[in-house]
Amino acid sequence: MSKYMVNLKINNIPISVEEGTTILDAAKRLNFHIPTLCNHPDLSVAGNCRVCVVEVKGARLLAASCATPVSEGMEVFTNSEKVRIARKHVVELLLSEHNADCTKCFKNGHCELQELASEYRYGDHIFIDLVPFKQKFLDISSPSITKDTSKCIRCQRCVRTCAELQAVSALAVVHKGSHQTISTFMDKPMNDVVCTNCGQCINRCPTGALYERNYIEDVWNAIYDPNKFVVVQTAPATRVAVGEDLGLEPGHRVTGKMVAALKKMGFNKILDTDFTADLTIMEEGTELLTRLKKALVDKDETVKLPMMTSCSPGWIKFQEHMFPDLLPNLSTCKSPQQMFGSLAKTYYADKINIKAENMVVVSIMPCTAKKFECNRPEMRDSGFKDVDYVLTTRELAMMIKQAGIEFDKLEDQHYDSILGESTGAAVIFGATGGVMEAALRTAYEIVTGSEVPFANLNIKPVRGMEGVKEASIKIKNAKPEWSFLEGVEMNVAVAHGLANAKKLMEAVSSGTANYHFIEIMGCPGGCIGGGGQPIPTSPEIRRKRAEAIYAEDMGMDIRKSHENPEVVEVYKDYLGHPCGHQSHELLHTHYVERKRY
Amino acid sequence: MEQKHLKRVDLIFEWDEKNPPIQVLDETLQKTPDAIILEMIDSGLKGRGGAGFPTGLKWKFTRNEDSDIKYVICNADEGEPGTFKDREILDRVPEKIFTGMAICGYVIGAKEGYIYLRAEYNFLLKSLQQKLDKFNQQLKDRQIEFTIFLRSGSGAYVCGEESALFESMEGKRGEPRNKPPYPTVAGYNSKPTVINNVETLVYTCEICRMGADKFKALGTSDSRGSKVFSVSGDTTKPGIYELELGMPLKDFIDEFGDDDAKAVQVGGASGHCVPRKKFNDTIIGFEGIPTGGSMMIFNSSRSMYNVLHDYLEFFTEESCGQCTPCRVGCQQLLKGIEAVKKGERPPSYLEDLKKLTLTMKIAAKCGLGQSVANPFISIVDNFKEEIIY
Ligand SMILES: Cc1cc2nc3c(=O)[nH]c(=O)nc-3n(C[C@H](O)[C@H](O)[C@H](O)COP(=O)(O)O)c2cc1C
Ligand code: SF4
Ligand code: SF4
Ligand code: SF4
Ligand code: SF4
Ligand code: FES
Repeated sequence: MSKYMVNLKINNIPISVEEGTTILDAAKRLNFHIPTLCNHPDLSVAGNCRVCVVEVKGARLLAASCATPVSEGMEVFTNSEKVRIARKHVVELLLSEHNADCTKCFKNGHCELQELASEYRYGDHIFIDLVPFKQKFLDISSPSITKDTSKCIRCQRCVRTCAELQAVSALAVVHKGSHQTISTFMDKPMNDVVCTNCGQCINRCPTGALYERNYIEDVWNAIYDPNKFVVVQTAPATRVAVGEDLGLEPGHRVTGKMVAALKKMGFNKILDTDFTADLTIMEEGTELLTRLKKALVDKDETVKLPMMTSCSPGWIKFQEHMFPDLLPNLSTCKSPQQMFGSLAKTYYADKINIKAENMVVVSIMPCTAKKFECNRPEMRDSGFKDVDYVLTTRELAMMIKQAGIEFDKLEDQHYDSILGESTGAAVIFGATGGVMEAALRTAYEIVTGSEVPFANLNIKPVRGMEGVKEASIKIKNAKPEWSFLEGVEMNVAVAHGLANAKKLMEAVSSGTANYHFIEIMGCPGGCIGGGGQPIPTSPEIRRKRAEAIYAEDMGMDIRKSHENPEVVEVYKDYLGHPCGHQSHELLHTHYVERKRY
Repeated sequence: MEQKHLKRVDLIFEWDEKNPPIQVLDETLQKTPDAIILEMIDSGLKGRGGAGFPTGLKWKFTRNEDSDIKYVICNADEGEPGTFKDREILDRVPEKIFTGMAICGYVIGAKEGYIYLRAEYNFLLKSLQQKLDKFNQQLKDRQIEFTIFLRSGSGAYVCGEESALFESMEGKRGEPRNKPPYPTVAGYNSKPTVINNVETLVYTCEICRMGADKFKALGTSDSRGSKVFSVSGDTTKPGIYELELGMPLKDFIDEFGDDDAKAVQVGGASGHCVPRKKFNDTIIGFEGIPTGGSMMIFNSSRSMYNVLHDYLEFFTEESCGQCTPCRVGCQQLLKGIEAVKKGERPPSYLEDLKKLTLTMKIAAKCGLGQSVANPFISIVDNFKEEIIY
């Protein structure tokens, strides 16, 4: 259906745009910048901050440009006297209830309110300090998410994120008038509510009201502790994003530079979560085939299908709260981060002759939920906390800057070995559909002995930003031991962002879905859109990061997990075979039912 | 200018035994929807809930929307300080409201109507429900496909704002929405909706009963008909009175004042304060100062600082809190007059605050924040000494 074109003038310049376009977007096309705060490309329109107001000729009211569609013959002024006065009032009002101690603020330099204030520099504020709101109201109960109400401008971006993208609604608007604020169920601490620690609210909070619990000082302390051997692992999605916080455009692949920076910073070994991503595929692929066999051949009713991936800890906690009945469907595989931790402090520590108690494992993750995950009581299979500190991509960028490293001048370096080698299958873990694609590349080959029937191994149907994706692969020429799968149509589904996951889970619960295997990533776009990734985020930015992920895959010599020589070596040396006893001890886990209130 | 004088009218509460509401309904449904709309437009009836939008047009716009589902909603949230007339109507002549709603449903093509009743009026629920059951049964007997439901409100003043009311009815937090879209296009459940005040609906019933001509014979060209006033404050006769629109405030004060009135707050906390010296020139109606019905009279014993302070406390509390100009603006106004009173800020700070209210008037998201300028400027300008000293 073709849309009508609407003609209007903005600052006296005529423009013609599609019906339904907002004034804000139309102005953008003419390169008129209108400041915004509550507006976000991933969220529904709120129209509550009112910094984006513009004057429309003949109208009694100023229009919130983010919330007002264009209309025929409209004449808009984005910088008239009325607009300037209103904008100044709005910014000054926001600052009057704001605890503006920028120099101590985690968002200093990355804050939209600060940017606005510095753009306008109104100087002396005329309004009265609304002191009660400046009292710090810091919630540090969560190992992942820090909430500081004194920095909140009540734009409700977090509330919309948590409800619309994540279907969690851990954060809500409470009270009215001067008492209106953003809080949790019964004002409980963040750690005691349904929050999944996904960090998506952080990615969209324009101020320092929500940010990750940060462990930068702890990690520096470990690095400078002569008695500690500090091992760092980097998640797949970090290498296509960290550059954004270091002055590069979205979509830059900086794997080699990131390794070089970590070396310069003084980590003892630079290893790769991609390695354990490959290992995950071995374990999860085997688990899937075993479940299929038990269900289809042995008719074992205790075996639950569809099997669901378990590498996204935000998704895991979501499931524990929201769909505890489906916990048996979750793969028992730990996330790659935790597989790495337990192997590092056992197998690897032995191999390099370091005592586990002297080893510190640091993860660089696109994720805030991983901060919670490493603190789960189950995650101590080495006898110690398997992963000591989790840093977000953003925290890593800050440390690189603190270390005085000129990132873009660095020469590429390679990961250390062992636990540093990886494949293209591992790197695509970073984008939605990637785990599915990697698993299919391996599982199909285990079953049939030949490669998946997709050009260049690229399983396109599971790629892309569609909320829920489905695909099926018919198994042809199964090897004798897998003959029960011959001709079977493997139905798979992929969802990213917890609101999409919820849709899929409702379908599974109600029995209307008929899948064998489901991949879920807690964050929109998968880990490339993780809650620990550089801010801002938008569909466009995530698309660029995903492109970089797939380019990284195409650039790898080996693109199937089971062909990772270090993976092969670790099984031979230590683990035995996938899903064997040793794996079971170190690489698998269990889940707990959690209450919603 | 056309000028009327104080005249009592008895339309709203009058009960015509020979032509009760259900008979009005039967007769009206003989006409086409378009004919009824024309009659409404011709009557000049404007909404009695505050905004004063022409009712006939509202119905027409909603009728013109293409949708299988539409709604009629009666706004019975009556939260404006000093207003208590809807309560009386709901208590005494609810059948007229139901009839207005059923006529509106017929006109726009709605099958469901809702009455959103202020939570504080829950004591009316039982009797209202009984009368409603009877009315719904009468509709059923006539095979009129329209049913009215009662909804208890959620307490906040802002829920009387139409789009916040829809949010509240949908089970969400009562926060006003962006406009457009207007309710006629996307109201309750995002469907085309007519939302009218209790009193407005009764007048639609009355217009159908007596014809547009008789209605528009009352009032002035801008303000047709009569209106129910809630009279309170320093008056010898507090209560509810139906009066012809278009009278000067002087007439009103002569009738209801205690001979010592220094100001009247017309239209409740969100309305305008008129000082004695302007009583003569102030017309009560859309050409002068419109009111949702609240008339609060203050005599010389009252401190206008306290009056303004009370209103600002009310708004600071009752703002839904979502938009910056209103949430923070109200607090600044309240703290601001306190600071001026205490001498912590110079009297000239009142000018800064007035400018702030002008921003609120054009930049706040809904009518609540937009109307704070009304009491603020009218009280500060007319009673500056009382504010400062
Ligand atoms: C803050 C606020 C509160 C309101 N409260 C009421 C109310 O209690 N009753 C009412 O009828 N209209 C109220 N209104 C006006 C409604 O939004 C709406 O204009 C009215 O219900 C339309 O009906 P009418 O056209 O019959 O007047 C309020 C508006 C605002 C901004
Ligand atoms: S939230 Fe922004 S404006 Fe506020 S203190 Fe932090 S950096 Fe400064
Ligand atoms: S971290 Fe995720 S689940 Fe928790 S409040 Fe933020 S968006 Fe909601
Ligand atoms: S916490 Fe952040 S995103 Fe949420 S309302 Fe406050 S400022 Fe906005
Ligand atoms: S003007 Fe006030 S009541 Fe209306 S939306 Fe804004 S904050 Fe809420
Ligand atoms: S950006 Fe438009 S109102 Fe906030």
